[in-house]
Amino acid sequence: MKLTREEVLHIAALAKLGLTDEDVEKFREQLSNILDNFEILQKVDTSSIPPTAQSISLQNVMMDDRVRPSMPVEDVLANAPQREDDFFKVKIVLED
Amino acid sequence: MTEDIYLTIHEAHELLKNKKISSVELTKLALKRIQEIEPRIHALVTVTADLALQQAQQADQLIAAGEIHPLTGIPGIIKDNMCTRGIRTTCSSKMLENFIPPYSATVIEKLYRQGMVMVGKSNMDEFAMGSSTENSAFFTTRNPWDLERVPGGSSGGSAAAVAAGEAIFALGSDTGGSIRQPAGFCNVTGLKPTYGRVSRYGLVAFASSLDQIGPMTHDVIDCAILMNCIAGYDPCDSTSANLEIPDYTSSFQTDLKGLRIGIPAEYFVSGMQQEVKNAVITAINKISELGASIDWEVSLPSTSFALAVYYIIAPSEASANLARYDGVKYGFSYKEARNMWEAMEKTRQYGFGAEVKRRIMLGTYALSAGYYDAYYLKAQKVRTLIRREFDQAFEKYDALITPTSPTIPFRIGEKVADPVQMYLSDVCTLPVNIAGLPAISIPAGFHDGLPIGMQIIGKPFGEEILFKIAHAYQQVTDWHKRRPFI
Repeated sequence: MKLTREEVLHIAALAKLGLTDEDVEKFREQLSNILDNFEILQKVDTSSIPPTAQSISLQNVMMDDRVRPSMPVEDVLANAPQREDDFFKVKIVLED
Repeated sequence: MTEDIYLTIHEAHELLKNKKISSVELTKLALKRIQEIEPRIHALVTVTADLALQQAQQADQLIAAGEIHPLTGIPGIIKDNMCTRGIRTTCSSKMLENFIPPYSATVIEKLYRQGMVMVGKSNMDEFAMGSSTENSAFFTTRNPWDLERVPGGSSGGSAAAVAAGEAIFALGSDTGGSIRQPAGFCNVTGLKPTYGRVSRYGLVAFASSLDQIGPMTHDVIDCAILMNCIAGYDPCDSTSANLEIPDYTSSFQTDLKGLRIGIPAEYFVSGMQQEVKNAVITAINKISELGASIDWEVSLPSTSFALAVYYIIAPSEASANLARYDGVKYGFSYKEARNMWEAMEKTRQYGFGAEVKRRIMLGTYALSAGYYDAYYLKAQKVRTLIRREFDQAFEKYDALITPTSPTIPFRIGEKVADPVQMYLSDVCTLPVNIAGLPAISIPAGFHDGLPIGMQIIGKPFGEEILFKIAHAYQQVTDWHKRRPFI
């Protein structure tokens, strides 16, 4: 099974990942190849097998709801590529 | 006084305790060695010389005051995916090239509390995705045993640094073999603890249900000493196990009588290099001589599905975890875009390398509408089968032994063009992450002057048995004491 160009672009859009034309072709080839290797799983009968999301049987770990100090604003914003006052700054979201 | 710092933690501790050397002296030796060989090894992304000397002075004051812990004053190296407050943490990615974490990982806090000295942050495959460090955005680390070969990965910088004597120990992280495979390739002892045993708080997330932090050292005793420090429950990691931590250093004996060890046949077939197989069989015979009973005919038939399960689950989790790199809060940011969405797409296009993009694409595909059941859910179900087979095996055996990797270290560039070939180099290690088990890789021989690793797998929270077997083996062999001529 080989992925189409449209499928690769659709996945890239979902992942918000910009790709060059060259990338698209490369991923068509490589992802198809990797996906072919996954076909082996379709042979396994898992009709009565529950899924495992993680390997230790912890469930619903709760934390006490209490007031505690949070990280200082300056620390949080220290790595911000762009900021304005105490905010992260982003490019325009809705264009007209 | 010692000429270099090719010492174990316990040896260095004795020297420090008996005032035969100071931590400042030890640290200067480490920094000198780093300066000398780093141009050939390329194990470190950042050398933290100033911090290290400052920490060493503090350690010497503690020692003078009689407050010495097993790691006080000992120079170590941390894989560059563990957050270190005030010290850049890059994950060997352009995305985080200038990221300075505002907090430290729990393991770092614990090491600092004992007074360890951090001399550097080690190179890795970008975001821990890879088996050779060739996916680092900065440079490829060289194997100290042969500079034309890879050190393994993703914790290749940590393994090479320990093997080359740049520090006394290192921490790595292991999602599919990233501690054990490079440990095997560089003749280092490396432990992947049980999932949940060591806090992941502050470890930059790759695949959250598989990632674990662990020690990389010269011998098993050092692994145990480090586990005594870093293991344990952490409320900041909701998947951390709230269980008692034993004193791992009390698990050593040389007599293995009564221990039952299984050898799963599936780990010795398909593409395995004959010399690797021979070395591991010889090592198993040695363990048998120490009193353990060996069953050579164990079968774990689902092993053949592990690679596919892993390469669905790990990229799926990665694609979700790496969604946070949007160029807004921290990290690389593409600033010339017209709007926010273009900025995000371009940030991720230029910030991530090829393998990271490949896995984001793969994971996004496996989780996307219409494919979720066929890939992700199916993989999680087969994951259950793999775990059940291990559980059944551990009803009969105390441990399982396999090679760590199917081959000796491969040449730089040999596997970069074919992702599936590269993925196969972790075929012996990744079932362990899928099942959440502990496993240790220890030196078990050489071929053509290149190291061969042996993997011992244990039941959940059964690290002590691994230490016991591995230590007994290291008492009667000296592979782990060999050092590369560099």
